[in-house]
Order: sequence, then structure tokens, then C-alpha cells
Amino acid sequence: MSLTLQNVSRVVDGETWISDVDLTLEPGSFNVLLGRTLSGKTTLMRLMAGLDRPTKGKVLMNGVDVTGVSVRERNISMVYQQFINYPNLTVYENIASPLRLAKLDKGTLDRRVRETAEMLGIESMLDRLPLELSGGQQQRTAMARALVKDAQVVLFDEPLVNLDYKLREGLRDELRNLFKARNCIAVYATTEPNEALALGGNTAVLHEGRLLQMGPTAQVYHKPRDIITAEMFSEPPINVVPGEVTENEVTFDQDVHFQLNNDLKMLKPGHYQFGVRASHIGLVPHSDDDLELPVKVDLAELSGSETFLHVRNPHFELVLHLSGVHEYEVDQEIKIYFPTHKLYAFDTQGSLVHSPARLVEA
Amino acid sequence: MNKIESNKGWLFVLPVFIVVAFSAVIPLMTVVNYSVQDVFDANTRFFTGTEWYRTMLNDPQLQGALIRQFIFSFTILAIEVPLGIMVALMMPKKGWQASLSLVLVSLPLLIPLNVVGTIWQIFTRTDIGLMGWGVRELGYAYNISRNSGDAWATIILMDVWHWTPLIALLCYSGLRAIPEAYYQAARIDRASRWAVFRYIQLPKLTNVLVIGVLIRFMDSFMIYAEPFVLTGGGPGSSTTFLSQALTAMAIGQFDLGPAAAFSIIYFLIILAVSFVFYTTIMHMQKDKTTQKTGDS
Repeated sequence: MSLTLQNVSRVVDGETWISDVDLTLEPGSFNVLLGRTLSGKTTLMRLMAGLDRPTKGKVLMNGVDVTGVSVRERNISMVYQQFINYPNLTVYENIASPLRLAKLDKGTLDRRVRETAEMLGIESMLDRLPLELSGGQQQRTAMARALVKDAQVVLFDEPLVNLDYKLREGLRDELRNLFKARNCIAVYATTEPNEALALGGNTAVLHEGRLLQMGPTAQVYHKPRDIITAEMFSEPPINVVPGEVTENEVTFDQDVHFQLNNDLKMLKPGHYQFGVRASHIGLVPHSDDDLELPVKVDLAELSGSETFLHVRNPHFELVLHLSGVHEYEVDQEIKIYFPTHKLYAFDTQGSLVHSPARLVEA
Repeated sequence: MNKIESNKGWLFVLPVFIVVAFSAVIPLMTVVNYSVQDVFDANTRFFTGTEWYRTMLNDPQLQGALIRQFIFSFTILAIEVPLGIMVALMMPKKGWQASLSLVLVSLPLLIPLNVVGTIWQIFTRTDIGLMGWGVRELGYAYNISRNSGDAWATIILMDVWHWTPLIALLCYSGLRAIPEAYYQAARIDRASRWAVFRYIQLPKLTNVLVIGVLIRFMDSFMIYAEPFVLTGGGPGSSTTFLSQALTAMAIGQFDLGPAAAFSIIYFLIILAVSFVFYTTIMHMQKDKTTQKTGDS
């Protein structure tokens, strides 16, 4: 059971919401749709579900054209950002609702409802009404409803954004495990790169209605096709600094330049845009070829126990992602260490020319 | 925690207190005052205690009006609530059609009460009124000043025309507040149109419907201007509702004492029915939730 979108576009009131997306999802795969708000994740899911018809292109299921087939005829299920349950039915009845139409006998229905509830850890709440549950439990109920009917495609539209941080992590891990044994296609939309990395599977990066790159999550992360993909798939976004490669040097500006190292020596002379991940720049040198840069602090942004440090020198700005809480004064002068062997190089059009050789992680 | 005591707060409450006193408390107390006295003229009055109350409760005319009033209120509620929901469900959801239908539906609500009566009085005339003439032409001897059934039907029709839009607008706003995702989820579940109504729309409408029914009950229980203009309470007293009977007694016959006693009873009935209705509904909702949590 595979799901294929062939050159699918959707235009609403003259505005292109989805532009020429080509995508195949294999059975048993877990797929993450990564993109910012309004990048077309929800629209794409609605097209996959059959809630909307593409303006152009085809939707195939197992090679059969189902473009015009209504959602009622397809075996899919969907979980939303809001916690959608029938308000005056109990959790049990809510979970059972997709099965009621299948005319199962009472015993089978009861067994499947209880199994699914147990899987999601809400078996003790079957007699309650959705509004008496916490947000996490309400969303678990909605997920149980989506999972109980063995749909061929299960769509998750940012299901965890309305939950608090801790719950989100827990539920995310469970979700991944729930799908390991299943042979359905799971699609999960999110705006957060970290969530995509945590979920693994495949990732499709969407931007302004276009599919930028699709592949195994780690591969997309380590070898983004272009600057936009790299920016979409990093939090804080990857730093991009324009520079020039000459015979034996890389020059960012007259003050900042370094010897071409082994990693970069395949680059032909010319202009490039260099990308460096915020987490790769350090306050202390990590290796001998790190480039020492004097910079001024713009802002130290604390996020949990992590610090996003915004710094600048006369020619460019950088963001550092540091673990731990660091406090700095504005305009304080510090030194940072720029990892010259962890640079991505993009050509002037933004396509990836070089990605750093992956080091064996300690 | 140290609480700072300040009496300045009373100063801010004072304006509201004065307004409420002059608009509600003082008039009400004046009525209470009248209801326990027999007033002959400005200087001659006798204390009568509960006599007027007893007289009023046994007055067949007022008992008749009270029964008619209940029949009327429950009839229009039984028609307007389902009809209002239906209209709200059929109204377009977006675009200029939605704006247009909102304006059209709310038009009756914008017409002053006595004008509504006048419109319908002309509308139902058998010589120049479209409806009166039309029904006559169809072969029915329609006459609201002779036939009490005709008079009743016309008053109910008028009220339904006038006030169904209120229920419809309330429900319309309630329906718009349901996130689109609910409908999508229902489609994915292959739920029928009826199931969507029964399990999504109706539960989400409960709150606005409670308000709607309360407003319509209180309003219809106090109906005055429209039947007064349309039928004048006739034929006979067949469409004389409480407020009209009361006015006739207070202004027409100047029986201030009995009229005041009746006003109080009238007021208490509305209060009691509204209270019972509201608490019942609230309890039903609570029951539904507590009964479920009790065993888990």
C-alpha cells in the first residue's frame, strides 16, 4: 500500500498553495513533513486524505488513481492540532465511533477499543467525557480514534503543539513506537526541526508550497540540497556567510580568512556561501584548525537551559547555540571559535556544493 | 499577604447602585406598596394585606390569560427553536451570500414591536392584505376578528416570523464557532449528516440554545404590543395575554391595588419558570459529567 503524489498542485483563488509536488510514501514508513507555518503542510495532507482535490496532478494509492475519490471512500485517519473528539460521547464511544460503521460484532469491537486504549494508556478513562480529560489525554483519545480502524494512511497535523513540553516528548516517543509494528503510512507535520530529528523515518522539507527535499531524515539533515532546506532544517537556522575561495585560502573578508583544509580543498576558486550550524561554533577551540574570531554580543537569548548567542563582526552576523545558561552584556567583546572543517559550501545560487565529512561522533 | 483596606471602592459602585435603585428597586417597591393597599385617591387609602393577592389568584379572567400565556409561550418555543436551528444550518457559511443572508434574516428583528403589529394587521386584512386576501381567495373564510382559531394562528405566525431570526442568529454564531477540523474528522469517520448534527453541532449549540430559549421565553411571556395592535386581545378575550389583561386592569379600570398584586405574581412566575429551566439544564449537563466520573 503506497501513496504517490504525481506533480500535484493546488491553487486557491489564484494563489498557489501547493506547487508541483512529487512524492511517494512507502507502506510501513514514518514520514515527517517539515516546514514553517503556511508552507503547505496541512494543504498537502488534505490532498493526501482526499479532503481536497488537487488543481493539477494525480494521487495514486498502490498505483491506482484515486484523485477524485472522496475521503469517505478512502481508508485514512487524521489527528489534528486541536483535540477533536465528539464532545458528548465517552472516550469509549469516541474510540469506537470509526468502527461502528464497519458493523463489527460486539466482542471484536470491544476488544479493539480496549486494545487501542491500552496502547495509548487511556484504558482507565474509557467512561469519561473528553472535556473531563487533560489536554494530553484528549489528544490520546483522538489518536486512539485514528489508530483503531487500521487505516492505510494516518495523518498527524501538528498533533503535539498544543501540549506542554514534557507531555510532547513522551507522546512523541510513544508515537514512534506505535508505528514500528504497523504497515500503514504515517505522515506527521511539524514546524520544528528537532521534532523531525527525534521522530526519524523520512523527512520531506516544504517551503512556500514546494517540496525542497525528501529522504531519510538524517540524510536530509546532513546533506541539505540547498540553503533554504538547510535553514528550514535547523533551529536556530544555519549561519550563512558569503566568502571567496582562492588558490589556498578561504576569505570571508579582509580580516577573516583561513587556509583551505583537507575538507574544503576540492572547492574550485570562486564565490561561495558558507553555512555553519549554530551548534558547531564554540566559545573554546575544539580542534586545531578552528578559526578564532573576535565579535561583539548582540543578544543572549535563553531557551530553557540553552543559550542562543547572537554576535556580529563588522561584516556578518552569527548565531551560536550553546548548552547551558550564559549571560552576556550587549556589545561585550568575546572570542568565538569557528570550525573550519564543519562548513557547508553552497554556490551563489544556493545549491549545496560541499558538505562536511561526517566525523565519527564520540 | 497584607490586604489594603479602602472604602474608596464603594464610590465606584455608587453610580450603578443609584441607577439600579431608580430603574428597578424603587419602581418594584412602589408596586409592592400598591399591592397591599386599596387606593381611592391621592389621600385616601387603606391597608388590605394579602387580599388583592387572593382575589387575583382566584380571578377567572386572569387565570384564563395565564393559561393562554403558557400555551402561547410554549407553542412559539416549540416552533421557533427547531426552525431557528434549521435556518441557521441552511445559511451560507462564507462570502457575500453569508452577509446577505445575515442581513435578510435579521430584518424582522429591527422592526419596532408595534410596527410589527401594524404590518401584520394590514397583511391579514381580507380586502387589501396579501395574506388575508390570498387565504380568502383559496376558499377559506379567514377572519381574525371573528374566529379565535384564526387569530391564534396569525399571532403565532407573526411571532415566529418576528423572533425565529433571533434563534437562527444565535445558532449561526454557535455553528461558526465549531472548528472546521470537527467536520473534517467527521467526514474521515464517514459520519452521516445526521450524526454530524447529533454528535457535533447540537452538543456545541447547547449553550447558545439555553440562552436563546430563556430570552424567548421571558420575551414571549411579556408580549404586549403586537397582539394589542393586531387583534386587540379578541375576538372576545381569546388572545388576551397577561400583560394586556394587566394593562386593562391598571390603566383601563384604574384598579391599582389588584393590578399591582398581579404584577408581582406575574413577575414571580417569570422568575420561577426561568430559574427552574436554567437550573434543570445546568444540572442535566453536570449530571452527564459527574455520573461518568463517579465510577472511574
